[in-house]
Amino acid sequence: MTSLASAAGRQTTPSAANVQLKYRSQAVAKPYFTAAIGLFVGQIIFGLVMGLQYVIGDFLFPAIPFNVARMVHTNLLIVWLLFGFMGAGYYLIPEESERELHSPKLAIATFWVFLVAGALTIVGYLAVPYATLAQMTGNDLLPTMGREFLEQPTITKIGIVLVALSFLFNLSMTVLKGRKTSISMVMMLGLWGLAIFFLFSFYNPHNLVLDKYFWWWVVHLWVEGVWELIMGAMLAFVLVKVTGVDREVIEKWLYVIIAMTLITGIIGTGHHYFWIGTPAYWQVWGSAFSALEPIPFFMMTLFAFNMVNKRRREHPNKAAVLWALGTGVMSFLGAGVWGFLHTLAPVNYLTHGTQITASHGHMAFYGAYAMVVMTMISYAMPLMRGREANSNRAQVVEMWSFWLMTIAMVFITLFLTAAGILQVWMQRMGDTPLSFMATQDKLAFFYWLREGAGVVFFIGLLLYIISFFVGKDEAR
Amino acid sequence: MSHAMPRRVPGDLAMWFFILAELAVFGLLFAACAYARWQQPLLFARQQAGLPLGWALANTALLLSGSAAVFNACRAYAAGRGRAGRRWLLACLLCGSGFVLLKGHELGALFAAGINLSSNSFWMFYLSLAGFHYLHVLLGMVIVTAVWWRAGQGAYAANHDGVETAAAYWHMVDLVWLVLFALLYTAR
Repeated sequence: MTSLASAAGRQTTPSAANVQLKYRSQAVAKPYFTAAIGLFVGQIIFGLVMGLQYVIGDFLFPAIPFNVARMVHTNLLIVWLLFGFMGAGYYLIPEESERELHSPKLAIATFWVFLVAGALTIVGYLAVPYATLAQMTGNDLLPTMGREFLEQPTITKIGIVLVALSFLFNLSMTVLKGRKTSISMVMMLGLWGLAIFFLFSFYNPHNLVLDKYFWWWVVHLWVEGVWELIMGAMLAFVLVKVTGVDREVIEKWLYVIIAMTLITGIIGTGHHYFWIGTPAYWQVWGSAFSALEPIPFFMMTLFAFNMVNKRRREHPNKAAVLWALGTGVMSFLGAGVWGFLHTLAPVNYLTHGTQITASHGHMAFYGAYAMVVMTMISYAMPLMRGREANSNRAQVVEMWSFWLMTIAMVFITLFLTAAGILQVWMQRMGDTPLSFMATQDKLAFFYWLREGAGVVFFIGLLLYIISFFVGKDEAR
Repeated sequence: MSHAMPRRVPGDLAMWFFILAELAVFGLLFAACAYARWQQPLLFARQQAGLPLGWALANTALLLSGSAAVFNACRAYAAGRGRAGRRWLLACLLCGSGFVLLKGHELGALFAAGINLSSNSFWMFYLSLAGFHYLHVLLGMVIVTAVWWRAGQGAYAANHDGVETAAAYWHMVDLVWLVLFALLYTAR
């Protein structure tokens, strides 16, 4: 991972010959994207390890216990997506603002700080028991550890805040001095929101209900709130570039999508407040508002297809267009449809915390966020490497990787959904309900199938990486 | 039809998407409320009997007058009578302010009496629906105020889409109130 990133780091000062970049400083996005892909590989490897632990309980035990593998899998996901968003920010904000980035040097320094902090954290997870890590990093002084997705040591969290501040300072200064577009405004709103809501990870009340209540202010208001703004802005940026459709049209869509996201998503947080000790009105509020959360995702699908249909140019980067359309479809399915499946309180009463949740989590994160980052990388990386689009051969390989990963993810989702339905039935609905572990044993068949689909996903990801290295000779 | 009216929605299309989403949320809340009412008819009947119908009627009159005013504003702008249009917008704002004061007083009194979202199923729906609707009246007033202010700068001399956009939103707020009024105050 690190070597990939450093290789890219050496190339961050673009040669003057790179005519594809409107602003030289956009090239700072390259190491961010490279690191994102590297960490993505790590995430999938740990996903495969964990998938195997579902069926072979002591696989790699005690070196990598299940809880550690899970923590690494989810934390790497978040960190690589953050790298992707940051790269996207550094790439698109100068272009939208029509000026160079405020400080490219700061962006590179921030990159190394973030990468080293992230790597040290993962090494910490793997090298010492979690409790020891908490002790070593002074968690007693300001306890923030031990919560799902927010397992990072307090010191890492402080580092994330500093990195985010440096990143936001750099981009905000660029936007303030330059042209303001709705794409850059929505992107900045999303990124500032991301940083602000992360601050709730430092609030760790003793009361478990309050703890969970505010924990969702990070987790939900990220993925079903401000991240959707970032996603909308990234998608709009790529669509403006590859379709040549009027900005006015794209901006109107963007505003409507953002309005829908906020109307449904903010109070939609309530769908996490069922059965955790919060007042009962959340069941009604959470159900009603979150039932409409698929709408902005569906509009994103319509948006992507509409813009591509109305395109005024044939962009040579077909792979980027495919990723953009794929993001629209898969985010609607994963986040919208699979989210709706278990968002209504009476349904969630039975499905809460089962494999149904896991199936939704997988397809939503892949369809919305992993894919939008890959859309951006697919569009921007060739430009940063000095060509409008990759060679035909490279694009064919990339499209293969798109289909392998996407179809594999559909199957992962379907297998987990099947497992989830059976789990609900055997554990919670039957006349003689089984215990949690007895149920898990009966689901082994589906977990094996899921692992198989996971291997196909991994092959797709490897092909994706290979696509960066093939067909250089016939570059356009 | 050979001489059909031009097929367009008044105001900004984006506002209609927004309205659609708003109506969908309220629709779901109304459906949930109707279901709860069907489940607990006695509770709903008893609490409903104690609601101040007179105030609710006054509030209905205020909102509908607001709608009439904003409608007249649109007509005035369409006819090129900008000054009259601006006065109608002000009239709409006055009606809205009356609603906000009356309803605010009523909600304040309920909270002072110790009623909250967790009191029972009726009050949960009453306060949720009334509260969300109240916020929408406030937003409607913000929108009409913005249009009134822009109108003062001559923004709608050539094209009064902005006024129609605000009017559409105000009508939606009224429409929601009418259903809310029927469901919470008068349904038997």
